[in-house]
Amino acid sequence: MTDNEHEIEQPDERKPKRVIGTPAPGTSMLGAAEPEAADQDVPGVTLQDEAKARKAEKIVALCFAITFLAGIAFIISYVYFQVGSPDATGTSNLALGSSLTVAILALAIGIVVWTRQIMPKYALVQERHTMTSDEEDREVVADTFLRGANESGFVKRKLLRRTLLLAAAPLGLIPVVLLRDLDNNKMPGADFHKELRHTVWGQKNKEGKPLRLVVEGTGQPIRAADFNSPGGILSVVPEGYEHDLTALAKATLILIKFRPEEIKDGTNRNWTHDGIVAYSKICTHVGCPAALYEQNTHHILCPCHQSTFDAADGAKVIFGPAARPLPQLPITVDAEGYLVAQGDFKVPVGPSYWERGDAEAEAGMKGGQA
Amino acid sequence: MSDLKAVPKAIAGPSNFLDERLGGANALKRNLRKIFPDHWSFLLGEIALYSFVILLLTGTFLTLWFKPSMMEIAYDGSYAPLKGVMMSEAYASSLEISFDVRGGLLIRQMHHWAALLFVAGMMVHMLRVFFTGAYRKPREINWIIGILLLTLALAEGLTGYSLPDDLLSGAGLRITEGVAISLPIVGTYITFFLFGGEYPGEDVISRFYSLHILLIPGILLALVTAHMVLMWVQKHTQMPGKGRTNKNVVGAPFYPAFMAKAGAYFLFTLAVVAGLATFAQINPIWLFGPYTPADISAGSQPDWYMGFLEGSLRLMPPWEINLFGTAQAGTLPLSVIIPALLPLGIIMTGLALYPFLERWVTGDNREHHVADRPRNNPHRTSIGMSAITFYGVLWLLGANDEIAANFHISLNWTTYAGRVLIFVAPALAYLITYRVCLGLQRSDQAIISHGVESGVIKRLPHGEFIEVHTPPSEDIEAHMRGKEAVPMLPVAEDPSGIPPKGMRGPVGKLRGRMSKAYGGEKIPLDDGHGHGHEEEHAAIGTGSGSGDDDRSITH
Repeated sequence: MTDNEHEIEQPDERKPKRVIGTPAPGTSMLGAAEPEAADQDVPGVTLQDEAKARKAEKIVALCFAITFLAGIAFIISYVYFQVGSPDATGTSNLALGSSLTVAILALAIGIVVWTRQIMPKYALVQERHTMTSDEEDREVVADTFLRGANESGFVKRKLLRRTLLLAAAPLGLIPVVLLRDLDNNKMPGADFHKELRHTVWGQKNKEGKPLRLVVEGTGQPIRAADFNSPGGILSVVPEGYEHDLTALAKATLILIKFRPEEIKDGTNRNWTHDGIVAYSKICTHVGCPAALYEQNTHHILCPCHQSTFDAADGAKVIFGPAARPLPQLPITVDAEGYLVAQGDFKVPVGPSYWERGDAEAEAGMKGGQA
Repeated sequence: MSDLKAVPKAIAGPSNFLDERLGGANALKRNLRKIFPDHWSFLLGEIALYSFVILLLTGTFLTLWFKPSMMEIAYDGSYAPLKGVMMSEAYASSLEISFDVRGGLLIRQMHHWAALLFVAGMMVHMLRVFFTGAYRKPREINWIIGILLLTLALAEGLTGYSLPDDLLSGAGLRITEGVAISLPIVGTYITFFLFGGEYPGEDVISRFYSLHILLIPGILLALVTAHMVLMWVQKHTQMPGKGRTNKNVVGAPFYPAFMAKAGAYFLFTLAVVAGLATFAQINPIWLFGPYTPADISAGSQPDWYMGFLEGSLRLMPPWEINLFGTAQAGTLPLSVIIPALLPLGIIMTGLALYPFLERWVTGDNREHHVADRPRNNPHRTSIGMSAITFYGVLWLLGANDEIAANFHISLNWTTYAGRVLIFVAPALAYLITYRVCLGLQRSDQAIISHGVESGVIKRLPHGEFIEVHTPPSEDIEAHMRGKEAVPMLPVAEDPSGIPPKGMRGPVGKLRGRMSKAYGGEKIPLDDGHGHGHEEEHAAIGTGSGSGDDDRSITH
């Protein structure tokens, strides 16, 4: 028994008396004349007790009234509370948010009470039909398809069919081709990976001298003699590139000072100066800055995925998912005693990529980093 | 106030106007009183739907101020601690929304909370559909649409997370880049095309912006619409119960009851999101500072739905191989590729194929409109729990630094434990769930054949105490009797020991064996000695004899 199965009389001359889809007057449905008597005849529709419904109406009205008041409170709060400082913004957020929450919540509760205590309880039944179409309809569609296909000549005329397919092929490629210039460098795609091999440490400054190591944040160059707190760690960037994020994404260093006897063979001593070692700060796993340092153990830790490197021993991996050590930058001092790069890293920094190869082994064969 | 006797003019006029032009009465006749079945679990998907609506509304508000640009400017807004600091316009405009636009912080936080709720709603809804078998014929297409929606929602979350360009969002972007570049052969191409060159470049925010506010939401909207239309056309599944069959649907009509309920439920979702945005701070970007690839804050965590990927990255041992020797291309960073692609691949592919695999194993080609209770298909439920455990271990490991710090465990041991648990825990979950399902089926059997404990203790003339059992109420019994044996292929061998056709080759044999294990009735509801005897059972022994003796007296 479903309401939808009811035949609804459709008078021939429709007058704007009756809204579409609603029962014609006199049928036994909700909203029809004398609903109480009629509804009792509809199985699956249980009316609410009128006394209870009257009580519920008051609750609903209270809820809606709260929504009204809270809505006004929101508008007043918007005008009254200004933003700017964190405190003022916090107050404004609290006033706006709580009035909005109360308004919406009261409205929701009101509607729920309305549905549950005033509207009837329903257990109406509707028939289901299998999704599959009738066999006849399917046959008609199949016939129509065949007829249309034959009428169009698509099947019979080979030349037409093949040239159409031919025509479609380059059209499908156009959107892909159009995306080629997503890369701003306009270089051949096969050269992309060559960019990854180098950092700005290989370049010279304006006076043609090697780049100085400067402190990240302050931009101060570092005098080797001043950096003498054993166990200390410093985040270092190249001079002149302090705000070039793309350069920093590869060239940022950590600087650590060791006592000479602490340095193990993994570290290339020729690339250190007076116990000061510079490693790439960019983790070889997926490129987070390996920013944490534990003085006692000389462990460098990447906070993203906990790759751990032994700073005293060439930053080799001792734990975590990183597969390769943090590359060491060859450093020395210039005439004024400031730390400078001897040159670029001998191996690519940061995460691995397909074209990288085992650059460490290659560099080792050429007599670089062990 | 009395009831309406005729449709009021204000409604009748416009509807007549529309009907004369569109002819909607026929469709409305069939659909206004469309029946929607009731069950609490059917509301889970609605949370996702309403969160999506909230996301569209709050997101539009945010676009009015947000500037998707990576141009470096000196901050000149009203948040004093960052005054004069160099930052991208994207970050500066996010700060402006937070501190200089009234209601901006509220809407920004609502957007973020709604995003978390959106994915959460989708996932619990998906689990409900999975565990009740509601993905079965004819709903496989809608199931696939749902999986696409979930995948796109993850992409939508990822792109949105990166837009404010604060230090935390940049860390997420950096990891995304590290994963993209590690892909074999195409990795460098993908990253250079995505970032317009080397990471981070100056394009990615504006590119992510157009993906985040136009392309992905556009596809989401289209798929959500398709999801709704299919649900409407195929009608909702219903839980087994009194009068509910595969050929009907029992519940409340769309107009007025379901409409009002759905409206109220939208408002509840909105109220919860607004309440969270008011009282629970989320993503305080002003504390993180502008992004620079040189810095990171310890304890960086992604949004919850990315946690499983984070965990799988953390779990992986440091494997990397060079396919063609040391100097050539051919580097495979397995410690990135495997954790980034494998778990996601297993889960999404597994989900997409499950309806078809199940149909292949059970040979069940019928339409299903009555949902299964999870206990009644124990293998499916166990597979689902196993997958949840797999996901859960990864997710938990995504926060292993927090676990280590808060519970004072060695960080390294959380990783070692995770490497074992990722294999052991899903297997254990399978076994335990399977036993629990059978146990629950037995308890159903007990209720059907012995009745429910009434709480009334009766003393018999010979001194024995028994508890009176009463038959279960009609609707509960109907709910339980909705159980149906899991279908099985005709696997029985013929008298000469030859398996049936289609089950002879190695694949066929496997299929037959799987069908036998997966299908069939594990615990029949009527255990044979049930019906007809008095509804009284021994509650406690008489003191001397064993339980069995006592039962024999009462029978």
